[in-house]
Amino acid sequence: MTQSATMNAVAEKRVQHPDKPLPLEYLRKRWLQVVLVFGFFFLYFPILALIATSFNEDKRNIVWKGFTFGWYAKAYENDKLFDSLMNSLQVGAISTVVSTIIGTMIGLALYRYRFSFKTPFESLVFLPIVIPEISMAVAMLAFFAMLGVPLGIFTITVSHIAFSFPFVAVVIRTRMAGFDESLEEASRDLGASAWQTFWNVTVPYMMPGIIAGGLLAFTLSLDDYVITAFTSGPGSTTLPIQIYSMVRFSVTPEVNAASTVLIVITLTFAIGAMAMQARTEKRTVKKNG
Amino acid sequence: MDNRKPIISIRNVYKRFGGSVVAVDNANLEIGEGEFFALLGPSGCGKTTLLRMLAGFENPTEGEIIIDGHRMEGVDPNRRPVNMVFQSYAVFPHMNVLKNVGYGLRVTGVPPDETQKRALEALALVKMERFADRMPNQLSGGQRQRVALARALVKRPRVLLLDEPLSALDAKLREAMQLELVRLQHAVGITFVIVTHDQDEALSMANRIAVMESGKVRQIAAPADLYEFPNSRFVADFIGKMNLFEGSVVGAAGNNIIIEVKGLGRITVPYSGSAEGTVGAAVRPEKVRVDHSEPGSDRVKLRGKVTEVAYFGDESAVFLENATGVNINVNVPNDARRTAAPFAIGDEMWISWNPADTLVLAE
Repeated sequence: MTQSATMNAVAEKRVQHPDKPLPLEYLRKRWLQVVLVFGFFFLYFPILALIATSFNEDKRNIVWKGFTFGWYAKAYENDKLFDSLMNSLQVGAISTVVSTIIGTMIGLALYRYRFSFKTPFESLVFLPIVIPEISMAVAMLAFFAMLGVPLGIFTITVSHIAFSFPFVAVVIRTRMAGFDESLEEASRDLGASAWQTFWNVTVPYMMPGIIAGGLLAFTLSLDDYVITAFTSGPGSTTLPIQIYSMVRFSVTPEVNAASTVLIVITLTFAIGAMAMQARTEKRTVKKNG
Repeated sequence: MDNRKPIISIRNVYKRFGGSVVAVDNANLEIGEGEFFALLGPSGCGKTTLLRMLAGFENPTEGEIIIDGHRMEGVDPNRRPVNMVFQSYAVFPHMNVLKNVGYGLRVTGVPPDETQKRALEALALVKMERFADRMPNQLSGGQRQRVALARALVKRPRVLLLDEPLSALDAKLREAMQLELVRLQHAVGITFVIVTHDQDEALSMANRIAVMESGKVRQIAAPADLYEFPNSRFVADFIGKMNLFEGSVVGAAGNNIIIEVKGLGRITVPYSGSAEGTVGAAVRPEKVRVDHSEPGSDRVKLRGKVTEVAYFGDESAVFLENATGVNINVNVPNDARRTAAPFAIGDEMWISWNPADTLVLAE
């Protein structure tokens, strides 16, 4: 989605400056190819190694002894790991839904209305994006302690909502920047109420932003460590925290297997969203082709 | 308004934005049923604001608007008997053409089969029935506009409002659409109110035009009346081209007025009103003749030197320097098949026109 927009922008620039090479044409330079290969290697080799070792029969993970699903079975049977995964999914699901709704409403309000103290309000909304995570974690902990809320799944979820909705708001606001307000006026003009206009015109326009924002919120929640560590209580361990506590003793293939599961979940969500997008486009083309 | 029943009455309407900006300044006008009415003026003259007040997107600061016998104060856009074609067309990007056209029926609870039937009829009206399944991004600008038209007409409004509907189209298509809109208006018999900054568009389509300038309605008249009898220097200059001289009234004789103009001397012009002091004397470029030999004494005449000739194919615009200080623009029809110009830059010529073609502009 973003990529195609960039490509369009690039194509436009190309028309304006025919002599200027496209960004991708720089890749023909040898030294850039070398940089690129190294970049990819450092980015993806550790991940590939992690996935590979999660299938390695050798417990100490020094040499390849053969392929096995054994570590996955072992990770699955590990109650602590399994429970923490379930906690992560639960926190992720609830915080994604809530922060997507709040973030969408704030993003829309910031786009649409002018009100007093709008600029300070905006800065405050986006503050969680820039302040150090550790400060936010300490603040959250102090806040819950002050109110006397017992730490657990509830406090983790609230914290996750607090740090992810600004990201959704940013995405929605960006999406709305290109909105033609006469679409809403046309809807009203044609007899739709304000509510019908919102659901029939505004929400469909925002949908790619809502999906992107929701995915962002889910991914942020799923792999958050710092804030979760500060706001979790006994029996409310999430997957990243569980994995870390296991790694403190030794890196076992079991941990590798659990981490691989985390990667697969995240990737599935991302690919699923992209596939959905692509299918909508294809259907449109087929119908009219 | 030739005795038509008024469908829209705008009475003492003011619109102020933020206290100081006056977008519409005491507008008063009536639009008759079945009229093709144009609001014409330069950008920022308040014509779009006036249209948006008819649609209900803006509320008058003062005054009242009556549509089809009902006061529109406090009536939301979705409850007004008008529909609008937006400048950007505002075709819903996530719905196909048929869904777009049926939208206004669907949201107001018209049954699906009737919605489908009426949407297809409306598409046929604008010759877009073959495109019912297309998505808006697969349509050209002209096609999107037809969709917007069909979408508004399917609601069977009492008045169709069009906001600069042709401004985004290229010249050829714009001309075709002008005729198409007139045909459509005859076919559906609905009152059309169009906002435009393009005088040709207004003159060729509308049966009455209101010319606006800085929030005020300057003149309301039929196209030919507006062109031949503008009531002010602004309207005379805005509609078409005009050679405008400043002069002073020196006397009156019967139905004539005598004006002294620098470089022209005293000219006697038919004029029924009363005017004093400084007035404008104006003549349209196509009513002026350029000759090598001196014209008869019944014409207003003076000598001029050709400074510029702009060739347009069907006619040439010739500019002549002369004693009035105003460069006179003359339209010379290229009525014979030749490529050599009948006169060259630097030629001394006679400029003349019939005194009756002189306009006296008091305002």
